[in-house]
Amino acid sequence: MSDNNTLNFTEFRARIGDLRGKEFWRSLEELSRSDVFDEFFAQEFPQQAQPLEKGVDRRNFMKLMGASVAMAGLAACRQPADAIVPYVNQPENLIPGKPVYFASAMTLSGVAHGVLVESHMNRPTKIEGNPEHPTTLGASDPFMQASVLNLYDPDRSQVVRRFGDTATWGEFIAALQPVVNAARANGAGLRILTQTVTSPTLGAQLTALLAQFPGAKWHQWEAVNRDTVREGGRLAFGRYVHTHYDFTKANVVVALGSDFLCDGPGHLRYARDFMSRRKVRSGTKSINRLYSIEAGMSGTGGVADHRLPVKPSQIEDFARQILAGSSTNPTVQALIADLQGNRGASVVIAGEEQSAAVHAVVHAINSQLGNIGTTVLVTDPIEIAPVNQLASLQELVRDMNAGAVNALLILGGNPAFDAPADLQFAKALDKVPFRAHHSLYYDETSNRCHWHIPEVHFLETWGDARAHDGTISIIQPLIAPLYNGRSVHEVLGAVAGGLEQTAYQTVRSFWAARGGDDATWRKWLHDGVIPNTALPVVAVSAATPPATGNQQPATGIELEIRHDPTIYDGRFANNGWLQELPKPQTKITWDNVLIVGPRTSEKFGYTADERDPLVNEKRTRFVDLSYRGVNMRLPVWVLPGHAEDVATVYFGYGREMSGKIGNGVGFNTYPLRFSDALHGGAGARITLSEEAPRIYPVACTQEHQSIDPKLVGERGLIRSASFEGFQQNPNFAKDPHHGSDVTGHGSHDTNMYPPYDYSDKHAWAMVIDTSVCTGCNGCVIACQAENNIAIVGKDEVVRERELHWLRIDRYFRGNIDNPEVYHEPVPCMQCETAPCEPVCPVEATSHSEDGLNDMTYNRCVGTRYCSNNCPYKVRRFNFFHYADYDTPALKPMRNPDVTVRTRGVMEKCTYCVQRINAGKIEAEKQGRKVRDGEVVTACQQACPTEAITFGNMNDKTSKVAQLKALPTNYALLEELQTLPRTTYLANIRNPNPAIAPAKSEHADRGHEG
Amino acid sequence: MAQIFHRSANTLSRVTIFGAIFIAGFVLWVIGGIVRSPYFTNQGIHREQVVPFSHQHHVAGPGIDCRYCHTSVETSSFAGIPPTSTCMNCHAQIWTNAEMLEPVRASFRTGKPLVWSRVHRLPDFVHFRHDIHVAKGVGCATCHGRIDRMNLVYQASPLTMEWCLDCHRAPEKYIRPREEVFNMSYVARNQKTLGPELVKRYGVQSKTHCSACHY
Repeated sequence: MSDNNTLNFTEFRARIGDLRGKEFWRSLEELSRSDVFDEFFAQEFPQQAQPLEKGVDRRNFMKLMGASVAMAGLAACRQPADAIVPYVNQPENLIPGKPVYFASAMTLSGVAHGVLVESHMNRPTKIEGNPEHPTTLGASDPFMQASVLNLYDPDRSQVVRRFGDTATWGEFIAALQPVVNAARANGAGLRILTQTVTSPTLGAQLTALLAQFPGAKWHQWEAVNRDTVREGGRLAFGRYVHTHYDFTKANVVVALGSDFLCDGPGHLRYARDFMSRRKVRSGTKSINRLYSIEAGMSGTGGVADHRLPVKPSQIEDFARQILAGSSTNPTVQALIADLQGNRGASVVIAGEEQSAAVHAVVHAINSQLGNIGTTVLVTDPIEIAPVNQLASLQELVRDMNAGAVNALLILGGNPAFDAPADLQFAKALDKVPFRAHHSLYYDETSNRCHWHIPEVHFLETWGDARAHDGTISIIQPLIAPLYNGRSVHEVLGAVAGGLEQTAYQTVRSFWAARGGDDATWRKWLHDGVIPNTALPVVAVSAATPPATGNQQPATGIELEIRHDPTIYDGRFANNGWLQELPKPQTKITWDNVLIVGPRTSEKFGYTADERDPLVNEKRTRFVDLSYRGVNMRLPVWVLPGHAEDVATVYFGYGREMSGKIGNGVGFNTYPLRFSDALHGGAGARITLSEEAPRIYPVACTQEHQSIDPKLVGERGLIRSASFEGFQQNPNFAKDPHHGSDVTGHGSHDTNMYPPYDYSDKHAWAMVIDTSVCTGCNGCVIACQAENNIAIVGKDEVVRERELHWLRIDRYFRGNIDNPEVYHEPVPCMQCETAPCEPVCPVEATSHSEDGLNDMTYNRCVGTRYCSNNCPYKVRRFNFFHYADYDTPALKPMRNPDVTVRTRGVMEKCTYCVQRINAGKIEAEKQGRKVRDGEVVTACQQACPTEAITFGNMNDKTSKVAQLKALPTNYALLEELQTLPRTTYLANIRNPNPAIAPAKSEHADRGHEG
Repeated sequence: MAQIFHRSANTLSRVTIFGAIFIAGFVLWVIGGIVRSPYFTNQGIHREQVVPFSHQHHVAGPGIDCRYCHTSVETSSFAGIPPTSTCMNCHAQIWTNAEMLEPVRASFRTGKPLVWSRVHRLPDFVHFRHDIHVAKGVGCATCHGRIDRMNLVYQASPLTMEWCLDCHRAPEKYIRPREEVFNMSYVARNQKTLGPELVKRYGVQSKTHCSACHY
């Protein structure tokens, strides 16, 4: 690399300055525009371009080929006979070959997400949101989608264990009996540790148990515990409350370190509601406005109209400024004016990483603005017993150390791994004479307990739970327990007497006493919700803000600790789909890193000079992090927009006993979590590590298979305007500068290919609204689940071989210290004149009558010419046998309607052609046309913000045709005349005209009018 | 200098060159023949079954309709193999002591399903649906042959893609009236005129794009 190509961040800034914030860019490497990067980009699969290390001579080649031909001859034997095994008594309403859907609910940190589970011959294969459920409204998040893989995971615990050895449930009961009898006698020493509980049945069981054993105690702990939210509510209103929000009524939203669109209870509903006020359609008069004040870049911060990167310790100060109504910061001052202009129609929301004081101040602000009762809804807690979970755990550890705990039942969770490090939970646990752990996996905690009881997955058992607004759902099983699991109700039954009761009987009898007669019960199960069980809004007194604490502005680097966006607190570590899912902002897979901003990284010497040789985002440097006496070596990652002097780590990685997939992946950052600072604090020191190995490979997918960076700015891959700009010039996205025509679809007039008439057929098409995409990844993993997409592992991701059919491109715009972020999901464009088709030597990719660009796996010989010729880079190649054909447990998980692809085959998005065909056949059988909305693609179904619309473009009344007629509709690289069926709606933001810097930053908004 | 090769070498080399082309052609022809042969397609091969169930006996004799056992043929991709209980509907009362039926009774007694050997097998990358074919007037016998004359069922058609496309390219050659779909002995008298008319009436489309079956 020549010297003049090595840029440092100052030069980056200068370069962006030259462009006056006009240009979009995707990564720092792209911005550097080094020769290496350009060369890297010119290659289709750069990692494959290396020549064989040891040459193969002609003689050896002939030998191998000869052997292969001989083998092929041998292999061409007859197909072995298959068996068909019918039922003895076929269940009613079960039609072999047709899926059946059941409503149930998945809980995450106690909160129910209503799901509809697709079941093929009683095998759950796919999870969707339940449209009737208030939290999901039919949408789904990555955890819900991926939970089906957890169900079949062969690494799940399969047997009761005593000291790690195989035992039986009966032996456990026998061992438990004396312990229970002893507890009954002296009434103390029995402790139960659960995660957050919202289940009314479980709550009743626990309450009954505590009544039966007056000396027993119930503790709760979960690493993602929302303690600060609860305590903030208590500070403000004098008691524990639960808050949820109605974003449909909010014109102005201020997020204080909150990622409410992508994380936390109700985020799917919030994303739907918030974005419903942001869609620009014909006749839209106004859209809402979002301010975000946060440290690390979150999904919510990314789509905010104004984002203020600040240190976590400054957030309370900003909150108090908003409460006081005056600020020296011009952005905050404008924000305050905006809030005050929208009394009763605004929301201020703080994230769970913020302190209780911040939450209390936020309640006071909402109370002052008259939002409480309109946009901010306060109810009784949804938890059965709201507690400060940290205090609860501390009490347990204290008692264990004091020898006051004779028996401990840990129901779910993994406290030996995820309890705050300074409590030394594991050490205290060893002092308990009888300890049993009930969990899905034989994990770090099970390993330290006398007894381990395998838990049932939520798709295998009965239960109930409350949603983010309190609505109760019944959890019903889709399949009998695969691995001898026991439900939590059965384990509690074993303690409290009621051993013979199954989970079904427990849940059924609880609800039978509460109006659940048989007909009603069946209706609840069918709908997935118990109607009218949302908690009523309670009248609360005006919130009192806590007294001003003496906020000392912290110096040095602050550490921010958050749960991982894809594997949560570590519980999904053995889930390959979630491990390989690119994390929303960094696009890193299979790892956790120390995220810092560009300015911070320069401070400890990780300059662009250092970074450029590690180009392509494939490798990075190790740094030594020292924080409150803990020293840790972590790979560093520079993320534009990260607040200065803040370093962010995700916890959940570094598992040792999660299973084959998750063991030894990433770095365990729990030792950085102290009980007095669960979410981080000041006093971190970072230095570049000089210890070998200094370099660490990171599987970041940002620059994988993406459109040529030279085109990013010039060709308008992403088009954006302010709402004001849009009103002045609605056709901004059609600027001839982008070479687009009025239809936004391209035309055959200037095309060399002969036109094909689709008018009497369906013309399947998709529109993706980039304004409302939060980059949450719901679509990516829904696609993976629907289409049997294999995972490839970290090493293969580094070689750019990941197989996700749908990727979300991240674009930055402007200043690298605080850029705007844009997300653009890119599936196959289904070009009408697809460049991939003419180059295939075996016609494995061809056009369907509906205009779909078909990929025929059984014809593909793997030349990869098609991928080379695809300007959008949406084709994926199976370099190896990635699909697991051998593990029996994974076979029933796959979608039987989609081929499992093997080695040497190209694959890509099909617009879910299996769903299209099913829809068409159903319509044909009934002798009618396919109705609009009848065929829904997996990505569309998952999307919480309804950013993806799919349908028949020929039907002018269809939603998709109407969106395509909008002036903001544009196609990617439309000047190539590929006539893509997938088009985009330009991104429209709503910056506050009163905020000057944003104006000057983007003074040159060119053709935005 | 003497010639190295005799004059006859000219003829020999010509024969070899032309021969090579014909030999290559012959080899390809043989391969083509093999892949279309029952050795590859399993056409016409009887499979031993757990119970030697005779379609001839049940269909031609008492005239049981196809759908009595293959219940989902009109609603699902899979026609359905009857559960043991369907057999026992009759065999609880007739032939109750037949030795041949002992596996059926045993299955019903013990709840252990009968394991049948699959006769018609398509590769995993082909998605065939019975329901739409039945709805569009493709007779059972068109693909499965005269099941009513088979003792042990065998695969009457080669099930090659070439064979599928034969009908997909020209459905009018095979379509029959819907009410005749389950009629084993239906013979079209005027297929030349009836075929195109039915194709029009039923809205039968000639589906030859790849994703009609491969996805």
